[in-house]
Amino acid sequence: MEIKAMKEARTLLTAFDYEPAPLERGYTDRSLHIRLGENRVEARAVPALVREKFIGGKGYGLKLLWDAVKPSTRWNDPENAIIVAGGPICGITQYPGSGKSLVCTISPMTDMPIDSNVGGYFGPYLKFSGYDALEISGKSEKDVVIFIDGNSGRVTIEEAPLEAVDGHVVAEQLTEMYAEDEEDKKNISIICAGTAAEHANIGLLNFSFYDLRRQVARLKQAGRGGIGRVFRDKKIKAVVIRFRGTKGNLNKPADQSRINKAGIKLHRQIHDLDDAQCRMRQIGTANIIEVMDAYDLLPTHNYQYGSHPDTYKIASKVFIEKYTTQGMPDGCWYGCSLSCAKTADHFELKTGPYKGHKVTIDGPEYENAAGLGSNCGIFDPEIILEANFYCDTYGVDTISFGTITAFAMECYERGIIDKSHTGGLELTFGNAMAQLELLHQMSRGEGFGYHIGLGVRHLKQYFAEEFGADRAFLEDIGMEQKGLEVSEYLPKESLAQQGGYGLTNKGPQHDEAWLIFMDMVNNQIPTFEDKAEALHYFPMFRTWFGLMGLCKLPWNDTTPADNGMTDEPAKIPEHVQNYVDLYNGVTGASIDKHELIRQSERVYNFQRVFNIRMGKGLRVHDAMPYRSMGPVTAQEYLSRQERYDQQMKELIGVDPEGKSVEEKIAIVRAYRVDQYEKLTDAVYKRRGWSSEGVPTTAYLREIGMDLPEVLEVVTPLQA
Amino acid sequence: MKILQKIEDRCIACSACEMACSNAYFKVKDREKSAIRITEHGQDKRIHVCNQCGFCIDICPVMAIKRDALGVVRIDKKKCVGCLMCVGFCDASVMMQHDEFQEPFKCVACGICAGVCPAEALYIDKDAAQVPLEKVTFFK
Repeated sequence: MEIKAMKEARTLLTAFDYEPAPLERGYTDRSLHIRLGENRVEARAVPALVREKFIGGKGYGLKLLWDAVKPSTRWNDPENAIIVAGGPICGITQYPGSGKSLVCTISPMTDMPIDSNVGGYFGPYLKFSGYDALEISGKSEKDVVIFIDGNSGRVTIEEAPLEAVDGHVVAEQLTEMYAEDEEDKKNISIICAGTAAEHANIGLLNFSFYDLRRQVARLKQAGRGGIGRVFRDKKIKAVVIRFRGTKGNLNKPADQSRINKAGIKLHRQIHDLDDAQCRMRQIGTANIIEVMDAYDLLPTHNYQYGSHPDTYKIASKVFIEKYTTQGMPDGCWYGCSLSCAKTADHFELKTGPYKGHKVTIDGPEYENAAGLGSNCGIFDPEIILEANFYCDTYGVDTISFGTITAFAMECYERGIIDKSHTGGLELTFGNAMAQLELLHQMSRGEGFGYHIGLGVRHLKQYFAEEFGADRAFLEDIGMEQKGLEVSEYLPKESLAQQGGYGLTNKGPQHDEAWLIFMDMVNNQIPTFEDKAEALHYFPMFRTWFGLMGLCKLPWNDTTPADNGMTDEPAKIPEHVQNYVDLYNGVTGASIDKHELIRQSERVYNFQRVFNIRMGKGLRVHDAMPYRSMGPVTAQEYLSRQERYDQQMKELIGVDPEGKSVEEKIAIVRAYRVDQYEKLTDAVYKRRGWSSEGVPTTAYLREIGMDLPEVLEVVTPLQA
Repeated sequence: MKILQKIEDRCIACSACEMACSNAYFKVKDREKSAIRITEHGQDKRIHVCNQCGFCIDICPVMAIKRDALGVVRIDKKKCVGCLMCVGFCDASVMMQHDEFQEPFKCVACGICAGVCPAEALYIDKDAAQVPLEKVTFFK
């Protein structure tokens, strides 16, 4: 009845019929363009040059976005576009992690391109429906639902006044509405956001897939950078796709056999080894909560410290034993035997508009446990799950929300803000109910929660201008860079990871490089040149997942038994070869592992130049807040005094004896900032960039990213 | 449940079972397309064939693998999306796969091979004591 009323309240704005283009060797060579407001829908051919230079996925997203916007374009301008694209490998079913969508837009957090990698079935279904990419620009006056029927070849835009906005509700409603029966529900995937995304710049996008066993539409998140904010600003309630007839060969690969071999081998490896390695099938990314704590890397109390005595309360086994239900495949696309997705079923909510509801919560991921939990001083697994649920359904990035709240809590604890600023909330570390209330406020666009939703960069300015806070101190402890909040690893003791966060295109997210163990624990990259090489190779290698529509996890969260015997264990050579085989197997090309990196270099540098075009992307934007590098406060120094004193003696060559804590903090700071600058020099050099971080024209020519529009941006900036 | 039982001591590795199986299901005599496989290392003959344990039932992401009324584990090829997870996760490596086919295949205890085995190394056991391994959990 509810669905019937929703349907009756719909107004059709436009319908577009098309002949689904055949998929050949991973490509349809067609893109779908929707202009809201004007209600224009059109299909375009993807030019051969675009396919050659940009490959797919994030490459296509960035190229289409570049063409859509001007240097002056802000996130809420109508010309800003949201682009969703898989890549040539996206949609194969034989190799774990092959169903990812890449989403690009101009971010409300960073004012430059953001890209986010997300699971769920949308990316594969878009491709099977005839499109390598979907671009949505313009703005609607009223809320709309966009529907793509991939079998009949029809796109509709309808005003949809009655559907819910919160992710878990609208995903259920639309799955029910568009599926013919229970069996058909797996053929539906939905992109939606949530009510907080209407107010918070940290708004995210949910991508759904239907879980046949739990009989519920589950949500995976394109979390970073506020894409959901753009989505709701365009008045999109949801994009729905339906495709019936998924089989293992829809990408029409050139060599199915090669793909099958790689897939079966990896399935077998995961079957044999995962229980003893990362336990991705048992608990997923949350397996590292206690590991991070043990290595002093788990951010606690706004990244002041790396461990906490209460971490055992949120250790992975707590979630396994008490909350998550498992014992079955739990991938976010077919064929993912690594199955890192987890849910807590029948979880009864204690707060908010859905209080008393029993819900299915996708999580906890490591990032959620660390961001919502330890970083805010919260060690209650049920609160982490509840905050995780509300973040998802409201459309809030858990990482940014965790880091912002941790920052506000530290400001509160230090007396920089008080109850008069927080609307009466006692924002001390560990106050879980206050954290949840901030979320609920964010969904209503009210109170202090509204400010939290605008990010650390906003809060620094807000606290300084409105409450007279010391701006320099806020810059030190506010863990954002380029406008994006740092994800949940404490990088103080790993210079390479400081670079892994700081020297990134979109901001401090760990998807470019995670080098802490290589650097800090195993000491495999001791020199600046070693670190620079790693900060070239790994970001390029990982960029490639985004070009293909792949997940990073099956690369190094499972390893062959003999990996340790190879020449470069950190790269997992056998898996790199698998990826070469997958690409060649799908496309019929014959690239090697070096050309794989070259493909990424082109897109990575294009993104860097895109940032520069938007007025960012230079050395000054790559600086990191000092909290990420070393102890800002006396408490931090004293908590690890032995370590810092020893380093002062051995690395800096200064005797700490007789010096005050303040003097010692200053000495450590001068040294560590200098180390970061030296690292930046080495990395820029390795990446073919000037000392200001601008790709040189010679390098762009060498890698084949010397398109006229790219050279036009960088030529005036050549030293 | 119904299982194809094997007596490996009797096997003479003549390949008759493999040929009969592939011929019955794929109209070709090709051991790579047989749901039963024989390997031999000197005098040691091994018969590789599904024991209907059902572990694969929970592995399948689209619930295309089910146990029928006789206890035989069967693949619904219409539902199968060809992910091959069941192949990689089969403890005994008897979920078979061939690159010419989209879907994996397995022994359904039809008994054709037992009928042609000259050494009487194979027989159909309609009431085997195999413990089913699937949990088939539903969460609602």
